Amino acid sequence: MVDNRKGMSVSTRASEAPALSESSAGLLRELVAHLRQNRTQLREEWARRITRAELLTAMTEEEIFAEATAVYDNYVEALETGTFEALQAYSRRLSERIIPRGVETDEVVGIVLLLRDVLARSLFNKYQDNVEKLNRILDSYEPAANRIANTVAVGFVEERERIIRQQQEAIRELSTPVLQVRERLLILPIIGVIDPQRARQLTEQLLRAIRANRAKVVVIDVTGVAAMDSGVANHLVQTVEASRLLGATVIVTGLSPEIAQTLVTIGVDLSEMATVGDLQGGIEEAERLLADRAAPTTQVREIAPESTR
Amino acid sequence: MEVPILRQGQYLIASIQSALTDADLSHLREALIAQVGRSRCRGVIVDVTALDVMDSFAVRTLRDIAHMARLRGAETVIVGIQPDVAFAMVQLGLTLKGVATVLDLEEGLAFLNRRTEERTFETKPKKPSGRG
Repeated sequence: MVDNRKGMSVSTRASEAPALSESSAGLLRELVAHLRQNRTQLREEWARRITRAELLTAMTEEEIFAEATAVYDNYVEALETGTFEALQAYSRRLSERIIPRGVETDEVVGIVLLLRDVLARSLFNKYQDNVEKLNRILDSYEPAANRIANTVAVGFVEERERIIRQQQEAIRELSTPVLQVRERLLILPIIGVIDPQRARQLTEQLLRAIRANRAKVVVIDVTGVAAMDSGVANHLVQTVEASRLLGATVIVTGLSPEIAQTLVTIGVDLSEMATVGDLQGGIEEAERLLADRAAPTTQVREIAPESTR
Repeated sequence: MEVPILRQGQYLIASIQSALTDADLSHLREALIAQVGRSRCRGVIVDVTALDVMDSFAVRTLRDIAHMARLRGAETVIVGIQPDVAFAMVQLGLTLKGVATVLDLEEGLAFLNRRTEERTFETKPKKPSGRG
């Protein structure tokens, strides 16, 4: 089969379309043979150029050479077979290895393009006496090479995105601690950006914790939240009300000027929400509330005689 | 389904055991309010721990019970609202404003003890009960 094709490519030099594709297959084989022959030399040249271009600075020269060898072999194989699955799988594994080392997207794209250049240059040198053949070799080389560069770059970016998604989930789980500071008192420090999904999760966790810990007072500290859209602000107010239905008083602390602005703009009924400037003040207020509830017999009557009838 | 109304000291305890129809709820309201006067009690506890859905009629009825009982001289407290139910209620705007709500029966009793103590203080100071 292989020989047959080769024979056809040699015999039909004319510019008929099917014949041309046959001949390009033959040229590709010739090309692969050339790349195999000069493997050592080309791969060294490539590694040299990577170092010179100051790419992959996070890796040692030996590592670069080892990876370069593996990429080179996969590259040639992809050129030869025209299938990219093996290369895809390899580039995914490679990304897994190098992303934690801090390798950037531009470096990966850069080295693949460098390899393309190195190989093209070697083809120029080999066929410089036969311009027509050089052109046809490049015709069959370039699309495949571009596709390989694409595959590796996309594989890298996809791997990065997968890692980012994974980290987002991890952060989401880490970011909703409900802490009991003392009997009946919970603290919920919120840090970072609150999106609707996270807001929902926060509320669920808080309500469960109120029930589990039999909390009387909850301090929600939003010092670490820079801004809130009106949807999330509304959600905060709903959380306060839901907590009240479970018998817990909520004190919100650390509202930034921007969030205060948002709350006022959406017209929150502030009489329902106890707010204190900072977390310290919030805890002091909470302790006062707890003390009131624990011993109402003397204190409450003296402070608020009008509440008695 | 009939809701049992138990008497515990000065308080009435209505413990809802399963989902109620609107008619059941109205019946509960009337029975409770009638018994508040008859038994001269000072507090009413409605336990909704078993409810996993609370519609607007149920919330409205609970609020009515609280307001009517107050007019008849008894404080009302709703106990045992589930976390999911609480959040669903708030999202529907059913916030039970002006009605006391606490975590569970024990807290409800403590709450009423506190309230009735405050109210009776000026006329006849009693010894404070165990849980304040």
